Amino acid sequence: MNAAQMVTALKEKFGEAVLSTVEFRGEHTLNVTLASAKPLLKYCRDELACDYLVDITSLDQMGQEPRFEMVYEVTGYSHHQHLRIKAQIPDGEEVPTVSDVWPTANWHEREAYDMMGILFAGHPDLRRILMWEGYPYFPLRKDFPLAGKPSDMPDVGFTGIAPMADGPFVTSAGAVDTVTREPRAKRVE
Amino acid sequence: MPTVTRDYDSPDTAAQTARHLEAMEETTTDLVGEKLVLNMGPSHPATHGVLRMILEMDGEVITKAEPDVGYLHRGDEKIAENMHYNQFVPYTDRLDYLAPLANNVAYALAVEKLMGWQVPERGRAIRVLCCELARISAHLLGVGVFAMDVGAMTVFLYTFTEREKIYNLCELLTGARFTTSYTRVGGQTRDLPDGFVAAVRKFLDEVEPAIDETDKLLSRNAIFIGRSQGLGVISKEDAIGYGITGPNLRGSGVEHDLRKAQPYLDYEKYQFDIPVGSHGDCYDRYLVRMEEMRQSVKIIRQVLDQLPGGPINVADAKGLLPNKERVLMKMEELIHHFIISTQGIDAPAGEVYFAAENPKGELGFYIHSKGGGVPYRLKIRSPSFLNLSILSKMIPGHMLSDIPSVLGSLDFVMGECDR
Repeated sequence: MNAAQMVTALKEKFGEAVLSTVEFRGEHTLNVTLASAKPLLKYCRDELACDYLVDITSLDQMGQEPRFEMVYEVTGYSHHQHLRIKAQIPDGEEVPTVSDVWPTANWHEREAYDMMGILFAGHPDLRRILMWEGYPYFPLRKDFPLAGKPSDMPDVGFTGIAPMADGPFVTSAGAVDTVTREPRAKRVE
Repeated sequence: MPTVTRDYDSPDTAAQTARHLEAMEETTTDLVGEKLVLNMGPSHPATHGVLRMILEMDGEVITKAEPDVGYLHRGDEKIAENMHYNQFVPYTDRLDYLAPLANNVAYALAVEKLMGWQVPERGRAIRVLCCELARISAHLLGVGVFAMDVGAMTVFLYTFTEREKIYNLCELLTGARFTTSYTRVGGQTRDLPDGFVAAVRKFLDEVEPAIDETDKLLSRNAIFIGRSQGLGVISKEDAIGYGITGPNLRGSGVEHDLRKAQPYLDYEKYQFDIPVGSHGDCYDRYLVRMEEMRQSVKIIRQVLDQLPGGPINVADAKGLLPNKERVLMKMEELIHHFIISTQGIDAPAGEVYFAAENPKGELGFYIHSKGGGVPYRLKIRSPSFLNLSILSKMIPGHMLSDIPSVLGSLDFVMGECDR
């Protein structure tokens, strides 16, 4: 089955849900409704042997309604045909996760959440991946400036300061000095 | 005389602890003994860049591992939305900074796919030469650093001596040892200089014995085998499901190489094999990289033997900077130069995805263009980012000392991972 035949099969199976198809530079793109995106992608994996999810991209079409767009690139190792499936998402709406269809979607969707602020329903672990936990903005949105916005630095990444008390070689102000407390300590002559 | 028995508290603290723990077991059902949460990185010699791993360990064995990436995030995708296509080329150098020529070529090919251009034969041959040199360079580093992390420190220096020669070749070709920025959309900045072909042939004659020497030092070395065989196993289903690409995928038994599956730059003209592993462990990935280096040498020899003559850049007047002498003397060329320098090339509206077989895996560029010289969205499909996603599944069950081996065998680059 080549890519054009796969597009035809998807149009037949999903009918109205496939809003438009484009062929540009040898690549086939299907524009689908948000509700049908996950069933369609699952169909690609199960029936069309697309076992490899290459990439998930998120776009901010600021000014247009719906605002966001998700782009899924899929291909299969048995046939090497490439399909692109796009869905438009209004601001604030959640996208059903495809991490149960392809495990690699886990990190892709975390990145889409981190950079664009798109929420994924059913994602096992939706948190920021490139920016730190608690970063307040979504950097790849078109209303975020290139130079960035000031924000608080992240908390100290790990444990607190190691306790100082009672160690033989730890010196604290006012306490007995090291040489007296620990006779084996080397003296500077 | 009657025997008197007295019980003394043993001064042996280990025995005391053991007795105390046993006593605790009788009183509570909680797991006796705590798990240690160990933070590895981001500044750590074995993590190959700024990777932070949060490891939960039960003694020496790791029970949970979570990679924390993003320490080298520079916002390349946001920057790309504000630059012309050609202005973004230096940023591609800094993605997989161990093989900058390969990134340059992959990006130029992606934009040329959008434009619908194809570089002429000689330009394609030069690009293949660049990609394969970059592959040898990246794998020399990958194998050398993997060996160094598991203890074979000499190998690192041997492979770096050969890499130094590649850097000299890059300097001869592009002017820079490291961040080459060699390609432009539609071609290259300059043709091969005199003596370059001879220099590459000399290098190939020297690198083959060096690869053989590395092979002799490592492949049958009991310590190296002990530290890499059977560890870090990635099954075929996991490799495909988690989006692993490159030598890591081939090490797990999937015979897939973009140079053969979706040939670009005339790769179908050259004879080469794809090494495929069978166990998916660290040792197999190491063997795949070694063999890929030999295959790259084979490809480069064929490129040099068949090197065509002719132009290296696309013959499109509107898209490329015109000849400098004509720019300084003719009005039309001057206007062209001005328009291209200030507004960038005029790309059609549309979206393309192009992926190249980079040394680390499948480096893809998704370009969404609304026309004009600046992309609306550029997404970099980074192989190292996805290769790292398998860590949280693969590492639990290994010991702490297996981590440098596993990370070295995955051979990722944080510049590419975080962009």
